Amino acid sequence: MSLDTVAVATAHPDTEQPWRELGLKEDEYARIKEILGRRPTSSELAMYSVMWSEHCSYKSSKVHLKQFGEKAPHSDALLVGIGENAGVVDIGQGYAVTFKIESHNHPSFVEPYQGAATGVGGIVRDILTMGARPIAVMDPLRFGPADAPDTRRVLPGIVAGVGGYGNCLGLPNIGGEVVFDATYAGNPLVNALCVGVMRHEDIKLATAHGTGNLVVLFGAKTGGDGIGGVSVLASETFASGKAAKRPAVQVGDPFAEKVLIECSLEIFAEDLVVGIQDLGGAGLSCATSELASAGSGGMSIQLEKVPLRDPSLSPEEILMSESQERMCAIIEPSKLSRFMKICKKWDVTATVIGEVTEGKHLEITFNGELIVDVPPRTVAHDGPVYNRPIARPTYLDSLAPTSLPTLDSAAEIKSELLALISSPNIADKSWVTDQYDRYVQGNSVLAQPEDSGMVRIDEETNLGVAISTDANARWSYLDPYNGAKLALLESCRNIATTGAKPLAVTNCLNFGSPEDPGVMWQFAETVRGLADICLEMGLPVTGGNVSFYNQTGSVAILPTPVIGVLGVIQDVTKRTKMGIPAADLEVLQLGNTADNFSGSEWAHIHGQLGDLAPTPDIEMEVRLINLLLEAQPLLESAHDLSDGGLAAALTEATLRNSIGATISLPGEYIPGGVAAALFAETPGRILITVDPQNLAALEALAAKFEIPVHHLGKTGGDILLINDATIPLVELKEAHTATLPRLFG
Amino acid sequence: MRIGVVTFPGSLDDSSALRAIRLAGGVPVPLFHASDDLKEVEAVVLPGGFSYGDYLRCGAISRFAPIMSSIIIAAEHGFPVLGICNGFQILCESHLLPGALTRNQGLHFVCTDQPLTVENNSTPWTSGYTKGDRLVIPIKNGEGSFQASAETLHELESEGRVVLRYAGTNPNGSKNDIAGITNARGNVVGVMPHPEQAIESLTGPSTDGLTFFTSVLHSLVGR
Repeated sequence: MSLDTVAVATAHPDTEQPWRELGLKEDEYARIKEILGRRPTSSELAMYSVMWSEHCSYKSSKVHLKQFGEKAPHSDALLVGIGENAGVVDIGQGYAVTFKIESHNHPSFVEPYQGAATGVGGIVRDILTMGARPIAVMDPLRFGPADAPDTRRVLPGIVAGVGGYGNCLGLPNIGGEVVFDATYAGNPLVNALCVGVMRHEDIKLATAHGTGNLVVLFGAKTGGDGIGGVSVLASETFASGKAAKRPAVQVGDPFAEKVLIECSLEIFAEDLVVGIQDLGGAGLSCATSELASAGSGGMSIQLEKVPLRDPSLSPEEILMSESQERMCAIIEPSKLSRFMKICKKWDVTATVIGEVTEGKHLEITFNGELIVDVPPRTVAHDGPVYNRPIARPTYLDSLAPTSLPTLDSAAEIKSELLALISSPNIADKSWVTDQYDRYVQGNSVLAQPEDSGMVRIDEETNLGVAISTDANARWSYLDPYNGAKLALLESCRNIATTGAKPLAVTNCLNFGSPEDPGVMWQFAETVRGLADICLEMGLPVTGGNVSFYNQTGSVAILPTPVIGVLGVIQDVTKRTKMGIPAADLEVLQLGNTADNFSGSEWAHIHGQLGDLAPTPDIEMEVRLINLLLEAQPLLESAHDLSDGGLAAALTEATLRNSIGATISLPGEYIPGGVAAALFAETPGRILITVDPQNLAALEALAAKFEIPVHHLGKTGGDILLINDATIPLVELKEAHTATLPRLFG
Repeated sequence: MRIGVVTFPGSLDDSSALRAIRLAGGVPVPLFHASDDLKEVEAVVLPGGFSYGDYLRCGAISRFAPIMSSIIIAAEHGFPVLGICNGFQILCESHLLPGALTRNQGLHFVCTDQPLTVENNSTPWTSGYTKGDRLVIPIKNGEGSFQASAETLHELESEGRVVLRYAGTNPNGSKNDIAGITNARGNVVGVMPHPEQAIESLTGPSTDGLTFFTSVLHSLVGR
């Protein structure tokens, strides 16, 4: 095939181009021609098509996401905000932490192992690119019904992929979620979070400036995998009858990424780069246009210099390839030899492919022929913006309140509790998490199933960070504005429960098709809620990710905003764990229970959804967080009440160290009775244990923060006794732990 | 007392092994695979990880690293060597230890707090334990199932060269519940569990692993 150069494009303006097949709309193609003053070359068309895809350009979400800027709270901690590869916050003692969550949903449906693996790989490179050493990962996952055949197809592969890649990188996996719901059948959600740490002075940015500086591609060679991944896969719903899309999924090589990490960190330590960007979605198209656009604007690239795994690749394919484990650095010529020496030490291929130029054009040649000549900003940032139609969905008018049994006997309490804690969403997740290395690096202070993951940052001072990811998609379905707020508050509570102070927020917004006005309404309401709550809580959003088109036919997934909150703890040795540590402790509940059954797991196992999500009480939640932080020395254990309510929390707290409890529930004082006390999911509650001699001090502190304290009972023994329902821990454990192995082998 | 830890491309628990040596009171010395210089260390740890991605057999490529030629020669002269997980696999590939580590019986990567029994406390790495001690140390591997011929197993058992055995449930199908072995001379030890991740109660399930590192320091002093 002959090369479509700029000269050819100018000479033959009417050549038919496959813009539609590349996912561009007619007006978008017209806009490209308007920008260039001619038709694009095929290479330019490839670049615009991937960069203007929903995944890269945020064209449907941009008009809403700007609220995160407009409503941003003042934060002294924020060092780098939204827009870079990942946000960076100051955690004190000269340390900066960067963290971000991203989705890899569509590739994981097509090819579960590689989709999930490269999802981990991509987010880790985003963190590395900031100049940070990656220190931990987390993975919130969502699947269709646990017993559905397709779930059995995708879940084992996704879990093995997350583990296979993360384990091989030496990154402890310290938490996440595994949630099952019918709407995720055919649309599994694979979100991956990574956190990294560096010194303040080591922060790196994705920018290309300094005329004459060199553009160096380093890491794996470029192959034919993942071509068009972002445009074809992430921005279109799956339709039956189309050709298999497997080739659009990238293939990961975690070993290559591990050496790339060590090599990059050594390069950073010697301050050898001006700017750096990883190659993820949209590959070289993205890296070159973003680096140039963030710098002075000019860059020339000789595309034939890109080392290829497959020598038959065309220039268009080289530009679109999403081959993994590649980075692009801008370096001063005087530092090239040192840079190359470090790459050689780690056996990392590094090649100068171009340089920063004067002017404002990104020019790419292939064997001397000019095939791309574009203003980089038009590729990277001036993509289309859509203000898509929004309409409140009609399903909201036909919701019915829950109608659940009252618990009148010990037998009912026991059978309902066992049914709940053995249901796939509440059951023990060790089958999944035991496939992840939580120990590597030797700094994991807390990992699943604790309320948040916690990592030690400094061995001398014991400074650490805690991270939690949360979403309650059913609440978001009932009320996306409050659902987003509740997810963030739960995440903050999980952080404070372990003894850390919430500091910053990242988010991964998973939704159906933006072309459906009802979905767009869910999205708009979610963003509005999230921006409002972040302002109200004074927490900066440091970055995030939007995943649309999680939809099969007309069925969209539940709106699933996954919120990640990062917290700081000054002394990790003081962290609070969730498990009951000893007998003869007082069992208390902080916060009041109401009959919040809508969207609860208990309603879910009874096949009901309900009508109203709880209304967040932000002022109370702030007082609760402050109480948890101040009361920390008095707490023997603490566990957030969320999915599955008190029943799930008691199960997890007793089974952790196999120490039982005797619980007395004053059902008559709670709206909804004993059933609500056990199974309602009223937000803003914590299960704690305290030594009897600290009880008065705890109650005084709680009174100071105006948080109600309810006496539930005492710890000890080998049974969980709830009113007169006796559940031996052996039986409880069997019910809680058998479900996932039974389903997945 | 200088104890080396080798970093191969893809080593992951090298930093934890260096920390364990430091907390045990030794001087940790990082060694790099591409050099044959042992930097005057008196014992060496081959840490866990996925050297060279483990895309061939685990440890099969690392066995040819320049540093291994020095280690193999030193080991034959009684130099204490501890291989942990991937390090154990490298020792088997190097024929410093018999047998092989194969894919776990359940075919999954398994990370769990593993109960173990100490079977041999006469090696420099286990001399601080008492025979029969029960330990809890993390295992985390995908290919930890120890396999050997009936002849080799008989030799290991009859010569008391099984160092650690899985207690309770065998997590991976290892023959005779074997979690760790030593060579005939007793200076080279390979274990699948990660003692370097059971050093501090803050980050590990126990501190049971520390004795591996204090043991070697004591045995070197006494030598």
